[in-house]
Amino acid sequence: MINGVNRFVPDGMPAFVSSDAFKNKKRKLIAKKQKQSKTVFLNTIDSTFDLFDIHDGQCLSFHHHLRNGDEVIQKVCEVIANRNIKDLHFAPSSIFPSYTNMVDLIMNQNITRIHTNYLNGKVSKVISEGYLKNPLIMNTHGGRARSIESGELKIDVAFLACPVVDKNGNGTGSFGPTACGTLGYAISDLKYATKVVLVTDTIVDNLDEFQFDGAYVDAVVVVDSIGNSEGIVSGTTRLTRDPIGLKIAKDCANAINALGLIHEKFSMQTGAGKISLAVVKYIRDIMLETKITGDFGSGGITSSYVEMLNEGLFKELYDVQCFDLEAVKSYHDNLNHRAMSASEYGNPYENNPICDNLTFVILGATEVDLDFNVNVTTDSLGNIIGGSGGHADIAHGAEVTIIISPLFKSRIPIIKEKVTTVTTPGSDVDLLVTERGIAVNPNRIDLKERLKNSGLPIFEIRELYDIAHQITGVPRKIELSDEIIGYVEYRDGTIIDCLYKVKS
Amino acid sequence: MFRSLLFVPGNNPSMLQNADIFAADAIIFDLEDSVDITEKDNARQLVKHYLDDAVNHPSFIVVRVNPVDTEWFASDIELIQTNKVDFILLPKADVDSLNVLEEKLNDLENKYQLNPIKVLALTETTKSIIEVYKIAKHCRVEGILLGAEDLASELEIDRTNQGSEISFARSRVIFASTACQIIPIDTPNTNIEDEQNLLEDCLIAKSMGMKAKTAIHPSQLEIINKIFSPSQKEINWAKGVLKEQEKNIGKGAFSYQGKMIDKPLITKANNILKKASQYNIKR
Repeated sequence: MINGVNRFVPDGMPAFVSSDAFKNKKRKLIAKKQKQSKTVFLNTIDSTFDLFDIHDGQCLSFHHHLRNGDEVIQKVCEVIANRNIKDLHFAPSSIFPSYTNMVDLIMNQNITRIHTNYLNGKVSKVISEGYLKNPLIMNTHGGRARSIESGELKIDVAFLACPVVDKNGNGTGSFGPTACGTLGYAISDLKYATKVVLVTDTIVDNLDEFQFDGAYVDAVVVVDSIGNSEGIVSGTTRLTRDPIGLKIAKDCANAINALGLIHEKFSMQTGAGKISLAVVKYIRDIMLETKITGDFGSGGITSSYVEMLNEGLFKELYDVQCFDLEAVKSYHDNLNHRAMSASEYGNPYENNPICDNLTFVILGATEVDLDFNVNVTTDSLGNIIGGSGGHADIAHGAEVTIIISPLFKSRIPIIKEKVTTVTTPGSDVDLLVTERGIAVNPNRIDLKERLKNSGLPIFEIRELYDIAHQITGVPRKIELSDEIIGYVEYRDGTIIDCLYKVKS
Repeated sequence: MFRSLLFVPGNNPSMLQNADIFAADAIIFDLEDSVDITEKDNARQLVKHYLDDAVNHPSFIVVRVNPVDTEWFASDIELIQTNKVDFILLPKADVDSLNVLEEKLNDLENKYQLNPIKVLALTETTKSIIEVYKIAKHCRVEGILLGAEDLASELEIDRTNQGSEISFARSRVIFASTACQIIPIDTPNTNIEDEQNLLEDCLIAKSMGMKAKTAIHPSQLEIINKIFSPSQKEINWAKGVLKEQEKNIGKGAFSYQGKMIDKPLITKANNILKKASQYNIKR
């Protein structure tokens, strides 16, 4: 069948209808776990496999707060390889290039199913080439929380890296040798997995403040190291000097200002890329000049937001993951730097999630099409290179969703007739800001009207598409295979697009 | 004519491709100092392809060739086979080198049936500063750019943030240009990370009489354009003067805001509003 963004979905799969369709259904909640016994402290990950009888076909979950510095998933993979457990279902919130041990497990069919929100590196390569036995499911951060709490994604054992754990099994990421800050993506795993194992390298007697409640924790494994804290740094902490990036950032900030979105009580979220960082800097300049203070900043938090919190430009930060070590320190030191869970962040069924309170969000794109659909999942050849993360969640929730991108990257235009893969539906995207102009979604007549006299270069998206082709020529159409290797799941659990095996 | 001119290295394809999107009134495609000697041919080829093929162009295109006494000049000047180049920026300009360039341009204009090519003279030697009025009077020259870095090097002095060491040279360029009704253009500010210094540098240059400034990074353009555009205060004053003039038709002089206004100030007011209109400054 054809879904609500004109994409093929196989019969029997729940097809995406619209980004508002979730409102027609009720929240489904399974019972939170009820721990039967005291928390057990162990010295090896291997021993948890005996204790909880981890066997063929089970679902194991992980979080990605240590990102490229994570060693827990690597260590669990080693145990699986040694025991040759088969047909496992892995549900890490994201998969990073350092998670290399997963590759052999996929090839040997120890892992045959995967749910995740984002992946790149060697794992994404072997999946793109069709080596995962069952279709990959790529959902959003909010969608993952929804699928866990509803029982759609049933986790047998959650292995949760935790920088510091106390003797009651409570855990925090706010300090310790591998401090990573908030642990928001793991809260659903903690509350709903059948068994929860915290893996730590630091034990203390008692924690006064903790994000992981020991009441949900079945076992704590103490290892030498859970990872490298420096590996958590995501994106960049330096402002771009790239003139194109700066031009996009400046025009984006000016558009936001012209739209009147910088006002008392406004809130915002951006990514951690170089251009996003420059937008934040320009917005900060506008706030300082106009003496306007906002309500909150949210998301993956970077040092730029920490600086604005410390300057009093925001009252609070809501943080699901710390993107750099300054953010980790701020989360530890500043009470107004608050943790949120993935569910509180973007679960469509959460009561008033943070994403619904955002005035504007600034997001990236690999491709955008003439209907404003955005792809951040695959490249133009169909290789998996990322995923939604919170993209679709906040694009839907925010009052204004802005995509920033150069009009072409390495001579390849980013505006397509149809994106290779739909990650975020065009109905939730309002503005595209490029170095050569800004396109406003025709559904947002109000925004177009407000930008009319701004002096900014406003175009129809097709005009930008034509400008790009005038410069680069029209790229050859890429033929994908018709073999489905995965599904992109919208936040409500419906299929917004399929992932196809790349042609060798 | 222009407030800001942005240097773009001729061997940087990405910058060439995007030359038209920056807020510069003119783009200087550089074949000289920002291009290593191993890259000279490459830069010339890229600029040639840009001139032949680019769909969108900046308002004014300037090409900085290598000095006339270098091995690259003859090949550089052969780029001028098109009317797309508005100006040649001649480095190490003096009267002799301008005459060499003049001869070459005459030949090219005849050979390719081109419109007259204008010249911006880059005065960056003590000799050129001394003979700057002769340079300004040259028939081809439409503007003089002060090159303070080479000048400071020749003088064996350090450049400072305040720029007092180039006051004399600035004044010479400004006086000669103004006397010959051509545009004096200020030296670029090389502290690309220091916006405050750029702002102060622009204000000093403008207060002395410079009418435009060169930039070496696009991030400098906003400040340059702002400073070298008429300010709100200037526009309000100019509008007030002309309004008052309408009330005093037939009088050689009249009073506005407690000061005497006569012909030179009316001319100044008209020039301010003309400039505001040219740069599309709506206030």
